[in-house]
Amino acid sequence: MADAALVDPGIAPARPPGWRGIVTDWSSDQRAFKNVSWGKAMMWIFLLSDTFIFSCFLLSYMTVRMSTTVPWPNPSKVFALHIGGVEIPLILIAIMTFILISSSGTMAMAVNYGYRHDRVKSAVLMLVTAAFGATFVGMQGFEWTKLIMEGVRPWGNPWGADQFGSSFFMITGFHGTHVTIGVIFLIIISRKVLRGDFDREARGFFTSRKGHYEIVEIMGLYWHFVDLVWVFIFALFYLW
Amino acid sequence: MVDTTIGAAGVIQPAEVKDVELYHPKSWVTKYVFCQDAKVIAIQYAITALGIGLVALVLSWLIRLQLAFPSSFSAIGPTDYLQFITMHGMIMVIYLLTALFLGGFGNYLIPLMVGARDMVFPYVNMLSYWVYLLAVLVLVASFFMPGGPTGAGWTLYPPQAILSGTPGQDWGIILMLASLILFIIGFTMGGLNYVVTVLQARTRGMTMMRLPLTVWGIFMATVLALLAFPALFVGCVMMLFDRILGTSFFMPAIVEMGQHLKYGGGSPLLFQHLFWFFGHPEVYIVALPAFGIVSDLISTHARKNIFGYRMMVWAIIVIGALSFLVWAHHMYVSGMNPYFGFYFATTTLVIAIPTAIKVYNWVLTLWRGDIHLTVPMLFALSFIVTFVNGGLTGLFLGNPVVDVPLSDTMFVVAHFHMVMGMAPIFVIFGAIYHWYPKVTGRMMNEALGQFHFWVSFLGAYAIYFPMHYLGLLGVPRRYFEMGDMAFIPQSATTLNIFITMAALTVGFAQMVFLFNLIWSLFWGKPAGSNPWRATTLEWQTPETPPGHGNWGKELPVVYRWAYDYSVPGAKEDFVPQNQPPTPRAA
Ligand code: HEM
Ligand SMILES: [Cu+2]
Repeated sequence: MADAALVDPGIAPARPPGWRGIVTDWSSDQRAFKNVSWGKAMMWIFLLSDTFIFSCFLLSYMTVRMSTTVPWPNPSKVFALHIGGVEIPLILIAIMTFILISSSGTMAMAVNYGYRHDRVKSAVLMLVTAAFGATFVGMQGFEWTKLIMEGVRPWGNPWGADQFGSSFFMITGFHGTHVTIGVIFLIIISRKVLRGDFDREARGFFTSRKGHYEIVEIMGLYWHFVDLVWVFIFALFYLW
Repeated sequence: MVDTTIGAAGVIQPAEVKDVELYHPKSWVTKYVFCQDAKVIAIQYAITALGIGLVALVLSWLIRLQLAFPSSFSAIGPTDYLQFITMHGMIMVIYLLTALFLGGFGNYLIPLMVGARDMVFPYVNMLSYWVYLLAVLVLVASFFMPGGPTGAGWTLYPPQAILSGTPGQDWGIILMLASLILFIIGFTMGGLNYVVTVLQARTRGMTMMRLPLTVWGIFMATVLALLAFPALFVGCVMMLFDRILGTSFFMPAIVEMGQHLKYGGGSPLLFQHLFWFFGHPEVYIVALPAFGIVSDLISTHARKNIFGYRMMVWAIIVIGALSFLVWAHHMYVSGMNPYFGFYFATTTLVIAIPTAIKVYNWVLTLWRGDIHLTVPMLFALSFIVTFVNGGLTGLFLGNPVVDVPLSDTMFVVAHFHMVMGMAPIFVIFGAIYHWYPKVTGRMMNEALGQFHFWVSFLGAYAIYFPMHYLGLLGVPRRYFEMGDMAFIPQSATTLNIFITMAALTVGFAQMVFLFNLIWSLFWGKPAGSNPWRATTLEWQTPETPPGHGNWGKELPVVYRWAYDYSVPGAKEDFVPQNQPPTPRAA
């Protein structure tokens, strides 16, 4: 349903440039954001809310890091790997970050091909994105296993403040859940793209609404957001 | 501001997007149970919220009975008492008021008032209700678990909330936190819908500045909720980990019954910050919809346009924004840098300005209006009185020097019951009496309504006025019984008995209300489509109750603001928003 209303950027009335244009849009009827479909608006607002969740997590982590009286373990030691006899600090995290950021690139290309109705390229790029995401989660899993083997637990660790393990598992876990959900949806959507659901405007199984290529872009918004959050986690948890 | 010429804002624009094609339910189950229609979802939300609210009401009787007749009820022990106040407070604030205003009235009124066929994503909207129901069931389950529900106080402050001294340490606290997390997830699904519907799915001619204030109030409250609930969500997740996994986010090194616990290094203050970063906006999450609804009730039943519409809208926005800057006024006694106290006191008092603007505007709307003392109007008026009353004691409590001695006394209980207990509840009642005819097609019984109103209104004052006095005497809050504290005079006991009598009477009046709700469904006077002769779009639907898709074939087109009452020269004393202007006689 709502097919058209959902994605149709519609006719945008001419508007003056800059701030006055924004004021004109907001004082107009029907829509405050012209050329923004319902789905995209909803995703943006959800991401705003999610930003507050991640901010609260990160601020809480910083607070307990300051409130605890025990020294904080040194992240560049904890997250170092022995490779070929040398200890390289943060190497795994650096690779993970690189992978996740690359996945943003493939995602952006998938969106582009989606809008050109290039089914195969779009779907393949989404699957590549999903593979990057899955690799990221896999490496995160490796990291978790390594720390757990070394004795890190949510309630304590061998090197210092208990809150280190708690914050680490909680924040990376919450972010990892976001990535995992993203991977699952990437696979579902790429399957639909490949089947040509969006060319036929096939109806969704649950929502019974017609599908459109726009969903690829909405997926992309989510994916870029999850990447962006990782940058903050990287900076505030691993580099601090 | 009679906005009748088309010229003012240019010609009505053509539709920017095509009309939506709705999901058509095929079976009874998809029509009434797993229903995607916002109107049905609204009723589901409302019934669930009223049902769980009834539990909270009964708990308040038990609390009051214990306070009036300490040591007369063997069934109520100190543990039970703490559990009662906790569940009473939490249910009232979250599961009743928030759910009813946003899930109930939001769902019913937003699509109708902005001229949409439904919420933008009906399927997600439906999920929202079912997750909310699940949250309620998890909450109810905690009553039946070993150890019972949590008794940590509705603020759930750690460390005590998860230590063995607090009732419900086994399961109660876990289920409470789980239920809140579910509630937030469910609410987010609904909330995104409300916001996007208001922003992106208005009908032709419906500008933001023509929205009825009800929609503005609910819209802004939803925005607040989407930004405030995350803090509670995070707090709940971390406390759940502290309780289940033994992490120490909120737990300092602590000795319990002579034993060192394994906790250490966490920050209890952190939870208070997270809680109140949510908690204060929460006050406005229930107050802003009330503000909006009251504005519409007053304007309709006084047959006058709302005074200062633009100011009212901006006041809602400013109050919403400021409400994020004041949270630590709940923490004056938690210990903080005096400069912070100064900052939070200042921002708190600044909120009084936009709020006062609203109150003045309501009064000026009434000024020389043609006031009809219908039941909705009576409740709207009682809201203004009660809200001003609670707001004034709020100014006391906003000042650290005054708050410190009053904190945790009955004065605080009286204050917040006035401002966020009674005042919004009155609006809920008023709104139910007002919109019931649209929802069911029948009027509610007027005599029973008048009875309900007078008992509730006078009763509320009989309950809470004396509580202020008890608070000034120093009677503490959350105390099972007073024992013989020297500073509490004998007369306080008498007063407590009086308050309890009043509370039970008010409780009885609510039963009359529930009876009226059901009775009128079958035997109420048929209402017609617009019994209050109101201007807003929901009264102009082709069918009453509005059918699937709300508007029949054609979406309405809006030509004017929502407050064209008693326009000079108009045929009737109200001009519906979708009535085209008459061309001027040349
Ligand atoms: C007939 C109606 C009501 C009565 C008689 C009543 C009575 C009470 C009493 C006696 C207490 C506290 C006792 C103590 O601190 O020892 C209390 C606490 C509370 N009530 Fe109500 N109440 C009513 C309605 C409401 C409503 C509508 C709200 C919605 C905001 C509400 C919210 C609260 C909260 C948040 C607490 C604090 C719980 C705590 O201390 O953790 N109450 N109520
Ligand atoms: Cu507050």
